[in-house]
Amino acid sequence: MSTASTSSSDATLSKATSSLHRSASLVRLKEWGIRSLLFLCAAVSILTTLGIVAVLFSNAIYDVSPRQVGPNGEVRTNEAFFQQVSLTEFVFETRWTPGYTEKHFGIMPLVCGTLMISGIAALIGLPIGLCSAIYLSEYAVPRTRALIKPVLEILAGIPTVVYGYFALVFVTPYILKPLFQDLLGFNVGVFNAASAGIVVGIMIIPMISSLSEDVLRSVPRSLREAAYALGSTKFDVSTRVVVPAALSGIIASFLLAISRAVGETMAVTIAAGQTAIVTADPLRSVATMTSYIVNVSKGDAVIGSIEEKSIYAVGLTLFLMTLVMNIISQFVLRRFREVYN
Amino acid sequence: MSDQQIEYAAILKRRHRISTCFEWVCRIATGSALLFLAVLLAGVIWQAWGWLDTQFLTGFDSRRPGKAGLLAGLWGTSWLIFFTAIFTVPMGVGAAVYLEEYATDNRFTRLIKLNLSNLAGVPSIVYGMLGVTAFVRMFGMISAADGWTLAVSLGIGTLEIPLPLGRCLLAGSFTLSLLILPVVIIASQEALRAVPPSIRHASYALGATEWQTIRHQVLPAAVPGIATGIILALSRAMGETAPLIVVGAMSYVAFAPGNLDTPMAAVQDPQRVLDAPFDVFTSITIQITNWIEQPKEEFQNLAAAGSLVLLILLVIFNATAIVIRNRAQKKISW
Repeated sequence: MSTASTSSSDATLSKATSSLHRSASLVRLKEWGIRSLLFLCAAVSILTTLGIVAVLFSNAIYDVSPRQVGPNGEVRTNEAFFQQVSLTEFVFETRWTPGYTEKHFGIMPLVCGTLMISGIAALIGLPIGLCSAIYLSEYAVPRTRALIKPVLEILAGIPTVVYGYFALVFVTPYILKPLFQDLLGFNVGVFNAASAGIVVGIMIIPMISSLSEDVLRSVPRSLREAAYALGSTKFDVSTRVVVPAALSGIIASFLLAISRAVGETMAVTIAAGQTAIVTADPLRSVATMTSYIVNVSKGDAVIGSIEEKSIYAVGLTLFLMTLVMNIISQFVLRRFREVYN
Repeated sequence: MSDQQIEYAAILKRRHRISTCFEWVCRIATGSALLFLAVLLAGVIWQAWGWLDTQFLTGFDSRRPGKAGLLAGLWGTSWLIFFTAIFTVPMGVGAAVYLEEYATDNRFTRLIKLNLSNLAGVPSIVYGMLGVTAFVRMFGMISAADGWTLAVSLGIGTLEIPLPLGRCLLAGSFTLSLLILPVVIIASQEALRAVPPSIRHASYALGATEWQTIRHQVLPAAVPGIATGIILALSRAMGETAPLIVVGAMSYVAFAPGNLDTPMAAVQDPQRVLDAPFDVFTSITIQITNWIEQPKEEFQNLAAAGSLVLLILLVIFNATAIVIRNRAQKKISW
């Protein structure tokens, strides 16, 4: 009886340990497999970047296999944009007319349109965003802050197509037309850069206010108290102590917001129209890099034609502009961050 | 009082006046931002008033404003978000787990992290250009002229996969997935980082392997944070328009993907479910864009009604995220 029970418990024990022994290498294999799988997931982000660079490069700069056989067996050229258009023309020409019979490929009108709208957006978004950040961090009581911050962030969550609609249906007819056309006598177009710039400016407010508020609040209390002890008013403390201490973060948030404005697409496409011209008049229709890409994609440009290739050259310019701004903003944030203990 | 004291009192008064002015400038700035939001919402609701009815929600698009509806867009957006979630959730969480739990601080890890923050700043339209080349045309490896269809017979029907994918719903979903992947990874990383190391140490001390620790201890603790991040990222995908236009969403479609226009049809005819991912598609945002561009005045009202539907969906998504976050904050205390 006792031997039987011992042997049975022995059996269970040996069964348990043997399963442990047996599976040790199996477990290791499984662990390795899972680890590799997760590594692949992380590598997808690198692949995405490589994909973006490859797509833009092969269509804009240099195509490895430029000749393709068309549907009826004919050989048609499928060269990259810069294999057909010189970089000098792209940079210095002032006309952008890839869709016309007389083709000109000067990126300047599109860059000017983008910069004008981003400039108007910055003019509206940066001061309002920064002042909101200062209000939230320095003046508002915690309860007000807890209420206002999420409400402001709703602005960032509204789809850009709704902003475009708002610009076209409200900002132009009810704000710009009465103010500039009826009162001041300027000619306000149905599509204009100003309305697009205004809504993009509103769109970037929460980006600036949220990011800046975070850095303003991370400035230690002792700095503020020291300034008050020296007889500063709240204005002095805010503008001469807190804001300078948090300047790197504020600048980084500005750059991120402007880069967002440069890459903004739908609001601009809907509200600013598609006239690719170099102009200083914000009440006229302008085309931006993003709106050009959208309009070509919507139309029926033949795949492989120069018009279709041109969107990749524009996309590459856009990609590089936003990338440079993002990198500078990260650099500023890391290099000039004040560290407090 | 001496002259000096009087002068000082004057300066002090002025400084306080400046301070008060500045406070009001900041208050007005914040107020104006809130006012913008209120005006925007009020404007959309005002324009949409009377147009958001059952006809609008159950009808397909039409050339006549009175008959036009959002059904194709509703189905399109639902499918898009469904597939985007399926691709993004495992990949995003997997990448975050790798970066937070496994990766050592070597050059490759740093490269991935730097790359992630840069990817998050790439304009969405550039993702569209990636999508149209990589998914719609598959890098031109198979030319559209001699494209072929890969048929996989499943029990309920045949899965017909066109190669190259062409301007289909799945290509749109792939594109949106890549677009929100960095956001999901960064949010999941933060959620994983918030799980205290003591939990992991306790698990290891009991003999658990790395994966067992992650699977049974770390991930469950991080689920609320991860879920919040994913929902917010999906709501961003829902509002995207530009990448879908570039990928080739149709601006005018009068049928749902796969002709699946009621949930019942999925049960009656499962083949339609299998057709849907490879069908042409539209989305709520694309329909709104299309209506905005129509010359007839009434289409502007339709655009407003569509925007309102989109905003309501976004509010539901965000409210869910907030509820999950608040619940988790109450339940978990380390």
